Amino acid sequence: MSEALLQVNNLVKHFKTKSGMLHAVDDISFSIEKHKTLGIVGESGCGKSTTGRCILRLHESTSGEVIFEGKDILKMNKKELKAIRSQMQIIFQDPFSSLNPRKSVSELIGEPMRLHGLYSSNFERDVKVLRLMDIVGLAPRFVNSYPHELDGGRRQRIGIARVLALNPKFIVCDEPVSALDVSIQAQILNLLNELQKERGITYIFITHDLSVVNYFSDEILVMYLGKMMEQAPSEILFSNPLHPYTKALLSAIPIPSIHNRPERILLKGETHSPINPPPGCRFAPRCSYCMDKCRKITPVYKEVEENHFIACHLYE
Amino acid sequence: MEHEISELKVENLVVRYDTEDSIVHAVNDVSFEVPKSITMGLVGETGAGKTTTALAIMRLLPDPPAKMISGKIMFNGEDINSYSEVKMDATRGQEISMVFQDPMSSLNPVMTVGDQIAEVIMLHQNKSKKEAALGAEEMLRMVGISSDRANEYPHQFSGGMKQRVMIAIALACNPKILIADEPTTALDVTIQAQVLSVMKDIKKKYDTAMILITHDLGVVADICDTVAIMYAGRIIEFGTIEEIFDDYKHPYTKGLFGSLPNLERRNEKLKPIKGIMPDPSDLPAGCHFHPRCEYASEICKTMVPERIYFSKTHYVECLGYKKGSGVEIKGGDIK
Repeated sequence: MSEALLQVNNLVKHFKTKSGMLHAVDDISFSIEKHKTLGIVGESGCGKSTTGRCILRLHESTSGEVIFEGKDILKMNKKELKAIRSQMQIIFQDPFSSLNPRKSVSELIGEPMRLHGLYSSNFERDVKVLRLMDIVGLAPRFVNSYPHELDGGRRQRIGIARVLALNPKFIVCDEPVSALDVSIQAQILNLLNELQKERGITYIFITHDLSVVNYFSDEILVMYLGKMMEQAPSEILFSNPLHPYTKALLSAIPIPSIHNRPERILLKGETHSPINPPPGCRFAPRCSYCMDKCRKITPVYKEVEENHFIACHLYE
Repeated sequence: MEHEISELKVENLVVRYDTEDSIVHAVNDVSFEVPKSITMGLVGETGAGKTTTALAIMRLLPDPPAKMISGKIMFNGEDINSYSEVKMDATRGQEISMVFQDPMSSLNPVMTVGDQIAEVIMLHQNKSKKEAALGAEEMLRMVGISSDRANEYPHQFSGGMKQRVMIAIALACNPKILIADEPTTALDVTIQAQVLSVMKDIKKKYDTAMILITHDLGVVADICDTVAIMYAGRIIEFGTIEEIFDDYKHPYTKGLFGSLPNLERRNEKLKPIKGIMPDPSDLPAGCHFHPRCEYASEICKTMVPERIYFSKTHYVECLGYKKGSGVEIKGGDIK
């Protein structure tokens, strides 16, 4: 794994709450090779967004390492962090609340370049802003518009332009298309795909939408209540899911076709609280294969086939 | 054939929102029927007019600014617009019910879920408190929630359970028509699967006619019998589930399917629809879809397309299928 751009080792993030310790992310490890996309999937509360934010140090992690190009980000001081942030960026889910409503499109896109001192004159800035708008498919006539005048898809394009302004190597996409209509969703997914091809960007793609993640990712990591359940290359995960949770999750995808509809695996109950979780497998209370030891011993996350990792007592 | 009788018939519905700076044309001449025990999917993107259509049927349009300009909503052979407020109150909840999108904000936080279900039963069916409470427990069991939780409050329930409580409230009086507005959009997929399975059971058991409003064609494939595709306030294509999924005709319907990532063909580039939804206060003349349509020609900019039928149940509003219009959609083009 010499080509790994990013390596996450034993990342833990706990939040202190009134009712106890909330285990948002519990011992997550993975690495991403250059120019590849890792999809992180799971349902609400599985810790996928928190993982993304810990990697960029938007949250301070409880413990663990995040190695980006050989350096541990979690140990960096403010100055080092600012320098590295231009290499690592994030696209947020909600293009309605992540843009300052009082700034125009040109100010919004120019802002990251100003903060990192990437232009020497206003003229240079304006040229760069227009070039970025062209890359993300925003017509020049919007240069003085404000976010409220634009629809969700265009706002998300501003978010992408802001990120590209710094020419990053690595982008965390946190549900970048979830708030958008399908026809617009496809436009944005195509754009992100083209950018990756042209610029060799490495992505972490966080989503709850499994058909989107399958379309977009090389590798997929499935999380449940802060834990890694399964990881494999996309084709393998979709053709041969091993973990009972992954199987149920995949079978629940609403497929837009009336032929060959797979048999649904209906899970019982709901996700449990991540506060002070009991020992054993986090998925055990909903699992139809649950055995005695599943409720007592936490399963070890290990490679069961080449490049196929899983944490489940069924495969021991 | 019992299901030949239509429970609900909407004819030429037109709804506008008159605001200070503009007139928003939300629903522009919509007609459809929902027979007994049939679930119709009402599909479209944000601003297509789906929810406005539903609110018009429920007579819950916020007036002002909304105005029903014309149209009939036929139920039991009568236009519900002729109902008095008292009669409408009795109809709503009893005969026609609606489940709203957001379960988190539609339940009363200071009332137990059991009481909230019982309230509907007492209001409409003249039952004692005790009978209504029993009825509420039965409804909870039907949607897969243990009846000993009837005394709990909404905050003690998860999102999926709250949505099931909403469905229980809507179905408490065994309505003839259920309108569900994006009932699973706010839920996780595994919970969505649970809620959809409850809705399917209900359909089988009570022969309820349902209108399912959604933007998710996957959900439609799972549960609907007929599908209406809405765009800019019009139904631009209508058909049975087979006709829409296997033989869609309208370029917009094609665009919707092309925008979805396909699980089997993952490396194929998505084929989105270019551009964005038109502003409903400034709709393009002619066919409202023409600025985004890859087949559009001059005539589409001026002429409003009429329905063209491919079967008794399947129609589109597209000039591409009108003989002599000069717009060319060849048979093989769309698929």
